[in-house]
Amino acid sequence: MEELVNLFHGFAVALQPFNIMVMVLGIVLGVIIGVLPGLGGANGVAILLPLTFSMPPTSAIIMLSCIYWGALFGGAITSILFNIPGEPWSVATTFDGYPMAQQGKAGEALTAAFTSSFVGALFAVIMITLVAPLVASFALQFGPAEKFAVYFLAFCSFVGLSKEPPFKTIAAMMMGFALAAVGLDSITGQLRLTFGVTHLLNGFDFLIAVIGLFGIGEILLTMEEGLAFRGGKAKIDLKVVLQTWKGLPRYWLTMLRSCFIGCWMGITPAGATPASFMSYGIAKRVSKNGNNFGKGEIEGVIAPETAAHAAGTAALLPMLSLGVPGSPTAAVLLGGLLIWGLQPGPMLFVEQKEFVWGLIASMYLGNLFGLIIVLTCVPIFAAILRVPFSIIAPLILVLCAIGAYSVHSSTFDVMLMLVFGVVGYLLKKCNYPLAPLVLAIVLGDKAEEAFRQSLLGSQGSLGIFFSNPLVSTIMVLGLIALFWSVIQEGITRLRGTRTAAA
Amino acid sequence: MRSSVLRVALVTVAAFCTSGIASAAWEPVRPVEFIVPAGTGGGADQMARTIQGIVTKHSLMKQPMVVINKSGGAGGEGFLDVKSAANNPHKIIITLSNLFTTPLATGIPFNWKDLTPVAMLALDEFVLWVNADKPYKTVKDYVDAVKKAPPGSMKMGGTGSKQEDQIITVAVEKAISSKFTYIPYKGGGEVAVQLVGNHVDSTVNNPIEAVAQWRGGKLRPLCVFDGKPMAYDEPIVDGKGWKDIPTCKSQGLDMEYLMLRGIFMGPKATKDHVDYYIELFKKVRATPEWQDFMKSGAFNTTFLTGADYAKWVEGEEKRHEVLMKEAGFLSTGN
Repeated sequence: MEELVNLFHGFAVALQPFNIMVMVLGIVLGVIIGVLPGLGGANGVAILLPLTFSMPPTSAIIMLSCIYWGALFGGAITSILFNIPGEPWSVATTFDGYPMAQQGKAGEALTAAFTSSFVGALFAVIMITLVAPLVASFALQFGPAEKFAVYFLAFCSFVGLSKEPPFKTIAAMMMGFALAAVGLDSITGQLRLTFGVTHLLNGFDFLIAVIGLFGIGEILLTMEEGLAFRGGKAKIDLKVVLQTWKGLPRYWLTMLRSCFIGCWMGITPAGATPASFMSYGIAKRVSKNGNNFGKGEIEGVIAPETAAHAAGTAALLPMLSLGVPGSPTAAVLLGGLLIWGLQPGPMLFVEQKEFVWGLIASMYLGNLFGLIIVLTCVPIFAAILRVPFSIIAPLILVLCAIGAYSVHSSTFDVMLMLVFGVVGYLLKKCNYPLAPLVLAIVLGDKAEEAFRQSLLGSQGSLGIFFSNPLVSTIMVLGLIALFWSVIQEGITRLRGTRTAAA
Repeated sequence: MRSSVLRVALVTVAAFCTSGIASAAWEPVRPVEFIVPAGTGGGADQMARTIQGIVTKHSLMKQPMVVINKSGGAGGEGFLDVKSAANNPHKIIITLSNLFTTPLATGIPFNWKDLTPVAMLALDEFVLWVNADKPYKTVKDYVDAVKKAPPGSMKMGGTGSKQEDQIITVAVEKAISSKFTYIPYKGGGEVAVQLVGNHVDSTVNNPIEAVAQWRGGKLRPLCVFDGKPMAYDEPIVDGKGWKDIPTCKSQGLDMEYLMLRGIFMGPKATKDHVDYYIELFKKVRATPEWQDFMKSGAFNTTFLTGADYAKWVEGEEKRHEVLMKEAGFLSTGN
């Protein structure tokens, strides 16, 4: 009960006119940051952090977290309209969002994406409000072995998703692993596969690969197919929002499942990106419309967006209660907390009640404002598709180049992006799936690190991955996901024989 | 008419010259890039962003200061970037121990002598931490437990590989003639949480990385790797403050290690450039925000500039070479 009293006190703090103003400002800035690929939430928050030093800490964190919500919303826009994920966690949104836009259903896709983002965030905030201390202790149980098990599950729930031959999927994934291995090996401290090239010290950044593979690759494909967007006839009417809403409650189960996946990934802290992939993968397996996934199925937009936003929100919990950030953006916010003289950790909830509950209240309000702002803009976003391709394509190219540059402020990355664009085009022409490649780039090095840390700890014994109920359960879930199609076939056959017998 | 124009011109030129002579001191004319050779959210990044905040808040510089993270290759990316910025006085870099360890461990073409030393801002302390639920109350309790366990079965968590945390671990191993299994993680905060979750047995976290968990009663500090106890006597938990943590040396662990938090700039920087930044950092150090930051991280606030600073860095480089050679961390290329 005390939590609720605190929360209402928090609402009183968050609803002060100045705080509402910084909230709206934060959301708008965040959406812009989310739309620009490459200039992710972490960079955006880092750039704007010094601006907030003159504010009271509560207003400052409200503004910065609202930038973060805005970026989470904004990431979906370019994914759906142009097949360019603005943020790593919106890659999975492109799989069905972009085909929807091509079919003239951009408005529906955007509405579904924004609404399910909101649902995911709401679920995560309610969880933070009610069970924060409980959940925080759950996060402590995650050592390297448990983390590896989570990544394993993410990979397994994604393997076999594409309709391409399995060997092409494996080839694409291996290519991703190879790219992820470039740079410093964090376990031995040695450089790998850099061949003395300074630019490769940093490895291949996931964002640059994604902007190139998806964004540039798509432009090349469209050029070949005749310089026209197929989504030109998108409806530009606010009614589309209401119509889409009517259909959404049907997907409550997908949303709920994605919320759980998202919260779990956010807390552990694996982050929003694996959450979105895992949620998409599982939705495709479980859904009745599973076969339509990838062709413009609205459920394929709902699943990753709900999970990504739930994870993004839940990631703030371990940051506040343990002082360990659940995402890069949370890491920057953590730095901010220290600068304002607030010590994240177990004592924050006890000593800084006004701050913590003001922040939690602003999560409710910020997401609500965010939803209203982006939904009213849906027709405007959808109308962008009516602009002739010959005008919009150069603009997208510039956007991509700015995005690639801003990741590390390096022109080399812009070149790299173009190379990835050509590679993406060729891979698509040869029917290699891009999703496993991207998944391997983003999670490959983290999975490798967790795997080797575990083995260091167990002195080489693989038994560590089955050493306690938690890690064993996740590993078994992963194995089930990996062999799901075989299992499913077995079940059908069993049933078949049973009906035959009867 | 013409003469008046001429006169105005002459006056202007004269004014320009005198002002030039009067304020010979150099000042940035473009935004200053503040390079952090580490990721966002880490210790160096926090310090750089605190400085950026202080400079902005107190308007200590006419031009803005922009913090840029270049963490690739254990910071090698950042060092090489500043090395290539000869004659660019608008770029400074904050360093940590990877100034020495990265070139030694990876063999990238860089040495601190490629840069111009500006100032040492502070030194970061290292503390030996254990989980508060474990029975180890003193260094002796813990060392006895490590010696009793089979070699390699006790786990030491730390940030990065072949960097400061692992160097200290190897030195501790030598002092107690037993072995740990060292497990590298990406960031100090993560290391502290792994210790809270009992996934490792001890860490050598910096104070700022673990203080929250100490206050929350989750971790226990055993000793500090410094020649004398830390200066901050404000109580943190149960009436104990940083000052009450004994030195490792006094507890029979003969190892001292402090990490540089210093500023460097590109090669060929002139005295004017260096002096400008020294003055700037003197002003930063005088602000209450900086003093609060020093206190929250229990930093050793030694401030050095010029020849003293260069001499200190040179001594540390030699020491790191010896330490890393003994530990077998040198890159095969060296």
